[in-house]
Formats: sequence, C-alpha cells, structure tokens
Amino acid sequence: MIGIVSYGTYIPKFRIRVEEIARMWNEDSNAIKQGLGVSEKSVPDIDEDTATMSVEASREAISRAKIDPKKIEAIFVGSESHPYAVKPTATIVGEALGVGNYYFCADLEFACKAATAGIQICFAMVKAGMINYGLSIGSDTAQAKPGDALEYTAAAGAVAVIVGKDPIAEIEATVSYTSDTPDFWRRDLQPYPSHGGRFTGTPAYFRHVISAAKKLMESYGYTAKDFDFAVFHQPNAKFPQRVASMLGFSEEKIADGMLVRAIGNTYSASSLMGLCGILDKAQPGQRILLVSFGSGAGSDAFAIRVTDKILEYPRNAKVWDKAKNCVYIDYGLYLKHRRMIK
Amino acid sequence: MVPRFWRKIKYRYEILTSFCENCGNHYYPQREICPKCRREGVLKEEKVCDYGKVLSYTVVNGRTIALVEFDNGAKMLAEVCGKVEIGKKVRKAFRKYGEDGDFGIIYYGTKFIPIEEQN
Repeated sequence: MIGIVSYGTYIPKFRIRVEEIARMWNEDSNAIKQGLGVSEKSVPDIDEDTATMSVEASREAISRAKIDPKKIEAIFVGSESHPYAVKPTATIVGEALGVGNYYFCADLEFACKAATAGIQICFAMVKAGMINYGLSIGSDTAQAKPGDALEYTAAAGAVAVIVGKDPIAEIEATVSYTSDTPDFWRRDLQPYPSHGGRFTGTPAYFRHVISAAKKLMESYGYTAKDFDFAVFHQPNAKFPQRVASMLGFSEEKIADGMLVRAIGNTYSASSLMGLCGILDKAQPGQRILLVSFGSGAGSDAFAIRVTDKILEYPRNAKVWDKAKNCVYIDYGLYLKHRRMIK
Repeated sequence: MVPRFWRKIKYRYEILTSFCENCGNHYYPQREICPKCRREGVLKEEKVCDYGKVLSYTVVNGRTIALVEFDNGAKMLAEVCGKVEIGKKVRKAFRKYGEDGDFGIIYYGTKFIPIEEQN
C-alpha cells in the first residue's frame, strides 16, 4: 500500500482584506467578495519566499511522521515563484532538512498543479522500488500585478507531502488530463502573469478538472457517492463550488477543504492545502477525491482512502487554525512585503 | 562572497552545535576544541531542538537581533521576526537573510519567531 505517509503545511501569518485592496482601485469590495467568495488572502513576510515556506512545511511533515530525513530519497518542489530562474529550490530544501546528498531532486513547474505531479512521480518511484520516501512540495508566493483581478486572490503558502509505504492515506488511483490551453501564463523575465480573463473558466479550469475526475471514476469504477470528501483546485471559491455541483458533490463534501475562503489562492499549494484541511479531520475508511488544476493546462485526479494509521498520527496544529491565526496589514505594508517598494 | 556563504550553509540552515562529552556543554557556532576543557574535551556534532528563549536583544536598523539560548544551553545570535522581550520563548524558523543585489545569490538561514506569533 503506497500513499501519503505524512503532510505539513505553512501559511504566513499576514493577511490583507479584499476591502483594503479594493480601496486602492476604487472598486466595490462587496461585489468582488461576492464574485470570488474570498474575503482576504495570506501575504508572506518580507524575508519569506517559496524556499523558506517549503522548508517550514516539510519540517512539520517530517517531525509528525518521525521519519529520519536521510530516508527521504527524492524531493520535488512545485512552484511558479521559484526564487531563482536558474538554480533549484529543492536543493535548498534538501540541505535545510538534512536529507544528505544521495537523493533525486528537481524543481517542477506546471502553474498550480506542479506539486500533484510531484506526488505522482514520488508514487511511481516508491512503487518501482527506487526510493523509500519521496517528498513533494507545493509552495508559492503568488505574483499579481497591482490593479489586476488576480491581486485579490494571489496568496502565499506551502504544503509538503511525504509519499511512501504504510501510509495514513492510500493513493488508490491517479489519472491526468492535459492539453495545450493558454489560459494563464507568465513570459520569461516578466514580473507578473497574464491571463485570458473569462477564458480561464470553461475551456480551461472546468474542462480539465471535470475530464480528469470523470476519467478517474470511469477507469476505476467510482461514482461521486464513493467519496466522502472532494477537493478541487481553488483559484477562487466559486470555481470549486461549481465544479463540485457539476460532478455531483454536495457543499458539505467540499467545505472542509475550502481554505481559499480564508487565505486566498496559494497556487501550487492550493488543492493540497484543501486536502490537508480534510485529512486533519478524516477518519479511517473515508475516501477523498483530489483534483488539481494547472494553467496551460492540466489536471491530476486522485482517489485517496484514509487508513487506520491516521488514528495514531499527530494532526495538530490544524490547517484551519493556522488560517485563522493572522495579523492584518494595509496596502502599503503589503507592497513592502511583496517587495514592490524597496 | 559565494564560497564564504557556502561554507556557512551547514550550520546556518540546520543549527548544529558542538557537544563536549567531557563537560556536557553545547557550543554554537561549532568549535574545533572545547573552550572549557581545552585538550581534554571530546567534541561531537549535535542538532539543537526547535525552541529557545531570549537572553537579550537589540534593535539595529529596524531589525531585532537577539541572543537566544536553546534548551541544551547552546547560544545563538540571530534575528527575531516579531515583537520580543527578555525571557520570551522562541521557535527557530527558516528565513531569508538577504541577497547579493539583483544578480547575486540569495542567503538563507535560521531566524526566530516568538512562540505566540508562530503559525
């Protein structure tokens, strides 16, 4: 049995409210909050980036499972805000965790789904007998151009997932759906991403998430009723809500994973942050549908079944508690934290 | 600058101390010989725990720099992110130290977070 052996999360403590951003641009904050279903987003400290948040999340994952870091033989960091354009983030993480020098390592980039691709690679490597444990991290300090619609949701956070044998949550099956769909991109050397506006919806997010989820269910004989929880990538709160109802999942089944409402879109960490919110309370035997989405575009769907091992696994501090533990900042401090003013 | 920082990575990322088996003291940064036992000392490398308390601090150019004592007695001088007072418990955190301009490398290392401010 191969699956998730441990998980760790990191959410920076700072938040900015939608009202504060809307104040800058003379926009109607209530309309924005209603449209997105998001009221605030997490903001990193001035000395935090994708590498530091990756380390914090990974340290939590390692300490919870009491795994010797030397047994982690693969590290993948999925992000679209790697601190370097050339030089891996994953080597910084490996050094800080003390995994030694004999490990597979790469940075991954596939917009918001790079970390679920990392989980698939780790899963395959454990299955092939190449490694004991693999660590896949989704971490982002998401960029947004001031005044762009993305500014209301582009947040920061990290999730680390250790994949191995004897898991707390078995990965029963995984399927991917990929196509060349330019819905959101950032050109080389550009500081901020661009997007296709409404084009990011039906041909991008909905097509990929639904196709991956349906293929997983068809191929492995699941129906929506077989899942106790579902979690989808969360660019805002409306998209996952709508896709859940399209696939036949009630609001109750997705509520525990809807971290986007409290912290915004953590990009590469987004769907996994939701998964961790669910794993924090899930009981043995319960099954979770996880579907990520990465612009460009692709979705990875997973059927994950919680095992008895979760009962002896320490699940504090919980993700929702971390989301609620915060300090609010104004737009000026936000610009300073995001280093838009130096 | 690059090799100078690279040499420090090992004890800035993970806080490694020298433990003297002869006198039982921990030292940070690591030492070649035990400052107390001198040649009688037998040093070995040991990791510190995640927590410590602030012995003293100062504020320099808006940054709070504290002398932190770990539970094993090793002491470290590092930045604290957040409000601090003497005796306050802190947790170690991995943060950016700085960067060498727009083209140079990024320096990472250990800083501290006051416990009630951790998340």
